[in-house]
Amino acid sequence: MNIHEYQAKEIFRSHGIPIPDGDIATTPAEAEALAKKYGGTVVVKAQVHAGGRGKAGGVKLAKNPKEAREIAEKILALTIKDLPVQKVLVTPAADIATEAYVGVIIDRASKRATFMVSPAGGIDIEEVAAKTPEKLRKLAVDPRYGLQPYEAMELGFFLYDDVKQVRAAAKIMQQLYAAFVASGASLAEINPLVTTPDGTVLALDAKMVVDDNELDRKPDLAAMRDESAEAPSEVEARNANLTFIKLEGNVGCIVNGAGLAMATMDLVKYYGGEPANFLDIGGSSNPEKVVAALKIITSDPSVKAILFNIFGGITRTDDVANGIVTATKKSPLKVPIVIRLTGTNEEIAVKILEENGFTALTDMDDAVQRAVQLATGKEAA
Amino acid sequence: MSIFVDSGTRLIVQGITGRDGSFHAKQMMEYGTTVVGGVTPGKGGQKFEGTVPIFNTVAEAVKATSANTTVIYVPPPFAADAMMEAADAGISLIVAITEGVPVMDMTRVYPFVRERGARLLGPNCPGLISPGKSKVGIIPGRICTPGSIGLVSRSGTLTYEVVYQMTRAGLGQTTCVGIGGDPINGTNFIDCLAAFQADEDTTSVVIIGEIGGTDEQEAARFVKENMTKPVVGFIAGQTAPPGRRMGHAGAIISGSAGTAAEKIQAFEDNGIAVAKRPIDVVGLLKART
Ligand SMILES: Nc1ncnc2c1ncn2[C@@H]1O[C@H](COP(=O)(O)OP(=O)(O)OP(=O)(O)O)[C@@H](O)[C@H]1O
Ligand SMILES: [Mg+2]
Repeated sequence: MNIHEYQAKEIFRSHGIPIPDGDIATTPAEAEALAKKYGGTVVVKAQVHAGGRGKAGGVKLAKNPKEAREIAEKILALTIKDLPVQKVLVTPAADIATEAYVGVIIDRASKRATFMVSPAGGIDIEEVAAKTPEKLRKLAVDPRYGLQPYEAMELGFFLYDDVKQVRAAAKIMQQLYAAFVASGASLAEINPLVTTPDGTVLALDAKMVVDDNELDRKPDLAAMRDESAEAPSEVEARNANLTFIKLEGNVGCIVNGAGLAMATMDLVKYYGGEPANFLDIGGSSNPEKVVAALKIITSDPSVKAILFNIFGGITRTDDVANGIVTATKKSPLKVPIVIRLTGTNEEIAVKILEENGFTALTDMDDAVQRAVQLATGKEAA
Repeated sequence: MSIFVDSGTRLIVQGITGRDGSFHAKQMMEYGTTVVGGVTPGKGGQKFEGTVPIFNTVAEAVKATSANTTVIYVPPPFAADAMMEAADAGISLIVAITEGVPVMDMTRVYPFVRERGARLLGPNCPGLISPGKSKVGIIPGRICTPGSIGLVSRSGTLTYEVVYQMTRAGLGQTTCVGIGGDPINGTNFIDCLAAFQADEDTTSVVIIGEIGGTDEQEAARFVKENMTKPVVGFIAGQTAPPGRRMGHAGAIISGSAGTAAEKIQAFEDNGIAVAKRPIDVVGLLKART
C-alpha cells in the first residue's frame, strides 16, 4: 500500500527524524492560511502516489501567502501520472546546500532490508544507479541485530566529510530503519536528505510503501489508505478481495491465479487481441467473488468480449459457474462471454452452465482465440 | 528417483484441523502420501479422520512419528512461527503454503531455517509432487503422471496449466515444484535446477517464470554454466504494464530489471528454449527428447 508524503513524514517524525513542519491543504484558501502561519517562503507539494512530482510541476516555492494560494490553485488542478491532485502539503522552505538520497528496500537477492544511499540525491535514483554506480552504496542489514551504529556511520561517511553531519545522517538512518521495521514497509525513502548552509541535516521528502500483508495486524497503518487517490475500479476489486488492474484493450479477462492471469493476457495478445485488464479472483473463490468480478469487468465500456479462464485446484469450477449464472441473471450481459474451465468439479460446472444456456470450453488456446475473435470481429491471427 | 519428496517422505500437517489444512490433508492421504501426523496446539491427543494422530507441538510430532517433512496451512499471522518451530524440531523439508505472510517476518525466518539446516519451500507456494510417490501441498494429483521431466515454477495455476498440457501429451514428470511468488522464499530456481541436474531419472527440465526481480536471469546463467540436461522455459507477463503490481508481492518490475522481455532474452542467451505459449512447452520438450 502506498501512503502519501505527509503520512510518511508523520511516521518518520515519530521515530525522531528531523523534518520541517508541514500541514495539508485541500483548498487554495487553506494553503494561504498555512503559509501565513509559517511565515516566509513555503513549498507547496502535490500529495499523490507517484514519484517525480517535482518534474511534473507538483512541487513549487511560494514567497508569500498570496503566492501560496495561487500556486496551490494550480497544483490542485494538476493530474500527475493519471492521478488527480486532491491535497497539497504546505511546508516552510529550507535553505539547501547539498541533496543526498537515502532509501531502504527489501532486497530479494540478499533476502534482507537493504540500504541504498547516494550523495547525488534529489534526482531519479535509477538514473544514478545506471549511469554512475560508483555514487551508490548498498548495505544489507542482518535482521537479527538491526542496523549497527558502525554500519550507519559507514553509510554516513559515504554521504558527507564533516563528522558532525556524518553522525547526524547515521542517526537518521537508524531511525529510518526503525520506522521501516515497525511499519512493515517494503520501501522507505528520503530524497532529498539535505544539508543547510549552517550544516544541519534534514529530510525534505518522505516516501513509504507498506507491505499489504502487514495491514491486518497494523490497523493504524491500514487507516492511512487514501481510497480517493486510487482508481475506483481497483478500490472496488480490493474490497471484494480481487486483484484488478485496468489496461487499454477490449478483451475482459477473469482468471484464477496471478501467473495464469498474466499468461492468459499474453495469449490474448499472441492471438492478435488486447487484454482490457488483469483480474485474479484468487485461490478459494466463492460465487460472490465471481459476481463482483463480472460487475467490475462489465462496467468498463471498452470491453467487447469477456473471457473466463479457470483452472480448478483449490478453486472449485462449480463455484465459478454458479457465480456466472447468478451475476448474469441479475444483469444480463451486453457483450459475448467465453468460458474455459477445467479441474475440480468440472462435470458439475459444465452441467450448471449448459442448463443456463452457456457453453464451456476446456482448452485455453481455443477459448482465447474465440474471445479475441468476438472482441475484434475477425478471425484470430 | 525424484527431488525433495518421494516414498520415504513422512509428512506432518501443521494446521491439520483448519479449513484448508483438513481438506488438503485428506487429498494428500488419498493420493498416497505418508501422512504420519498433524499439529494443532490444544488438540493434541485427538485423531484426524480417525487415524492420524494430532500433536500440540511439532517437536512432539517428530518425536512420536519420525516425521521428516512438514506442510504448513496455518494463517498468515502465525505462519512465520510455524516455520521456525518446524526447523527447530529437526524437520528437514518445510513446505509453507500460506499466502499473505508479511515479508518482514520472512527476513527473520530465512536465516533461522538455514542455520538449522532445513530446506524451506515457499511461502505462498502450491508445494510439490513426485507423481506416483508423494504429494505435499495443493497441486492436483490427477493432472500429473510419472515420467522423466522435472518442472519448477513461481506460479500456482499456471503450473497446473503447463503440467496438464504435458500430461495430456504423454510427457510425465519426476517432480513438479512450485517455489512461490513472494519476494523472500526459501527455495529458488537454482536450488531446484541443481537438484534436477543431479537426479538420475530427470532427463529434461521445464522452468516457468514471471515478471519481477532477477531470479530467472540468475537461473539462466546457472543453466549455461552447470547444466547438461535440456531446459525449456516460459515467462508470463509480457503484456503486464511496467511498475504495476500483479498480485504477487514479488511480481513488481523494478527499473529495467524484471521485464518479461529481459527474462526471455536471458533464457535465449543461455541456451534455454523459450515457449511462446504454455502449450509450446510440449513441442519444445518433444524436440529435445
Ligand atoms: N521544504 C523544502 N524546501 C526547499 N526545497 C524543497 C523542499 N521540499 C522540496 N524541495 C526541493 O524540491 C525538490 C523536489 O521535491 P521532492 O523530492 O519532495 O519531490 P519529488 O518530485 O517527490 O521527488 P522524487 O523524484 O523523489 O519523487 C527537492 O529535491 C528539493 O530540491
Ligand atoms: Mg523526492
